[in-house]
Amino acid sequence: MARKIMFKDAINEAMRLEMERDKSVILLGLDVAGAAGTEQQRDAWGGVLGVTKGLYPLFPDRVIDTPISESAYIGAAVGASACGMRAVGELMFSDFMGVCFDQLYNQAAKFRYMFGGKAVTPVTIRTMIGAGFSAAAQHSQSPYSMFAHVPGLKCIIPSNPYDAKGLLAASIADDDPCVFFEHKALYTMKGEVPEEHYTIPLGQANVIQEGKDVTIVALARMVQFAEKAAKKLAKDGIECTIIDPRTISPMDWNAIYSSVEKTGRLVVVDESYDLCGVASDICGHVAQNVFGALKSAPQMVTAPFVPTPFASNLEAAYLPDANKIEAAVRKTME
Amino acid sequence: MKAQLSKEDLLKAYRKMREIREFEDRVHVEFAKGTLPGFVHLYSGEEAVAVGICEHLNDLDRIASTHRGHGHCIAKGVELEGMMAEIYGKKTGTCGGKGGSMHIADLDKGMMGANGIVGAGPPLIAGAALASKLRKDGSVGVVFFGDGASNQGTNFESMNFAVTLDLPMIFVLENNGYAESTSTKYSAKVGSDNIADRARGFGMPAVTVDGNDFFAVYEAAGEAIERARKGGGPTFIECKTMRYFGHFEGDAQTYRPKDEVKNARASNCPLKRFAAAVTSAGLVEAAELEAVDKSVLDQVEKAVKAAEVAPQPDLDALMTDVYVSY
Ligand SMILES: Cc1ncc(C[n+]2csc(CCOP(=O)(O)OP(=O)(O)O)c2C)c(N)n1
Ligand SMILES: [Mg+2]
Repeated sequence: MARKIMFKDAINEAMRLEMERDKSVILLGLDVAGAAGTEQQRDAWGGVLGVTKGLYPLFPDRVIDTPISESAYIGAAVGASACGMRAVGELMFSDFMGVCFDQLYNQAAKFRYMFGGKAVTPVTIRTMIGAGFSAAAQHSQSPYSMFAHVPGLKCIIPSNPYDAKGLLAASIADDDPCVFFEHKALYTMKGEVPEEHYTIPLGQANVIQEGKDVTIVALARMVQFAEKAAKKLAKDGIECTIIDPRTISPMDWNAIYSSVEKTGRLVVVDESYDLCGVASDICGHVAQNVFGALKSAPQMVTAPFVPTPFASNLEAAYLPDANKIEAAVRKTME
Repeated sequence: MKAQLSKEDLLKAYRKMREIREFEDRVHVEFAKGTLPGFVHLYSGEEAVAVGICEHLNDLDRIASTHRGHGHCIAKGVELEGMMAEIYGKKTGTCGGKGGSMHIADLDKGMMGANGIVGAGPPLIAGAALASKLRKDGSVGVVFFGDGASNQGTNFESMNFAVTLDLPMIFVLENNGYAESTSTKYSAKVGSDNIADRARGFGMPAVTVDGNDFFAVYEAAGEAIERARKGGGPTFIECKTMRYFGHFEGDAQTYRPKDEVKNARASNCPLKRFAAAVTSAGLVEAAELEAVDKSVLDQVEKAVKAAEVAPQPDLDALMTDVYVSY
């Protein structure tokens, strides 16, 4: 049995191993080392939640603290990657993507196509998502569907430490621009993670459990809630399959379709919104492609279409949870 | 000294600074108990900046604030009780508990919001100043931002924008030496150490002042704001100051020299300096300042007590206020 480590340490380890394996891997971000320009010890922060702590002493030339200039440093990660580096840009909170979006949206994503297949831009952007900390409307969002809407970007959303390490290694090694979303509530989650380097292919869903009645598709933190709901439902004889797509672009459609073909029922759980989001997209694809297998209308369990509230009672009401998932599953069984 | 300030003005300015200090020190204590949700960034140590500027402003003048926004709110006249309740996430909060510490706003007071996005303020205040200019009502827009935020493209673009359109806008840089754990020396390499020199390059008057000296800030602001009200365009004021707590509550601050804050509190505290200046000049009695101190302590205590017992927002509030109509 492998040792158990936290999600954030799994990310740190993937970063370290990739930087050891490949000298072209660099890390750019705010306080990713910390204490730059002071007379105190560097590596004071390791990012705002300490995820990259310990990397600076190992790779002082390649762990680069930047000014608060997201357009410049995320753009520089893109540009350096188009010139032979394999840059990882840490966008502290995904909510800040508005500041630098063009560098991903019109630049990184489109180089290869616009330039007739000549460009390779192996950049990875690591960024935090997720509500649940009373961090309010500008530090709690999960805007990955906005990235997934852009041809040319890959979107990776791990739900556990093992996947985080393998998927980050795969993202960094991947030759296309990858946006890697880390749910802040998962950082302290522990799980078995092998010490050595490994990768998990991008575009391969993880079937967490199989059950004959309902297919639940869930992402990131929602996977835990789905598991909780499934346990409860199992007591009433309702057996759930849980699929974690792990990447939403590329999406492992086959895994979802083949499961729905077996169960005939679908619930999609997403912490983001239903309108133009991952949940509606999965329901739409399923309806179009395996309509004949459906025994009931697919259900979406998402956040309501409002910004993330600050007050803890409102935030709890805002977030999907096991009870909401359970209710949605029961609805598909009616 | 400072003849233009009446005793009443001096006491009012002192009271505002004291309100900020006591409010923040109390939030610090309450946060450490684990009772407050979310991220909290405190303004203690920087009081002379917010108050020195805002003493010149009225409710028509707009300010934009930062993640470290409590001080700007208080200086602009936002009520303490509502602010405290907002930080507690209560229904009685300034924003009904929906925004929290990082998003306190009171538009009636011309306070356009604390902000979770570093560098978001300058363009917004350029817009406020443009509206002032077009309405010809003599109002001004003031943006507060940090040394870290000074590196955002939004700030550079807004400086050029304000000069191009000759806007009644004041850029107030709060240079406290750090952006999170990163020194200004690293992230804003300006030959002279004064970030204000950048602004001069954009073609606007720019000054650097001792941000812990209320009177220095007040004078620089007075000149800039008067010029802006008369159609003289934007000004950049850099205030050198110091934050007394961590970047956010919970920050271990290993990037700071051990006695940096202790020394600053002892010899460079904006409130102590203000008190010494006005009492030694015989403008205000020490006892009068002490009376303010006591009254503010009571006021903050009352705000905390009220916030503690206030109800959380009604659950219906989750779905309201997204749009005006939809
Ligand atoms: C666009 C954006 N980037 C990064 C952050 C994270 N962040 C919050 S405050 C801060 C430091 C700001 O430093 P400064 O402007 O000097 O203000 P101070 O905290 O010193 O008052 C950072 C990096 C953010 N909130 N928004
Ligand atoms: Mg600063």
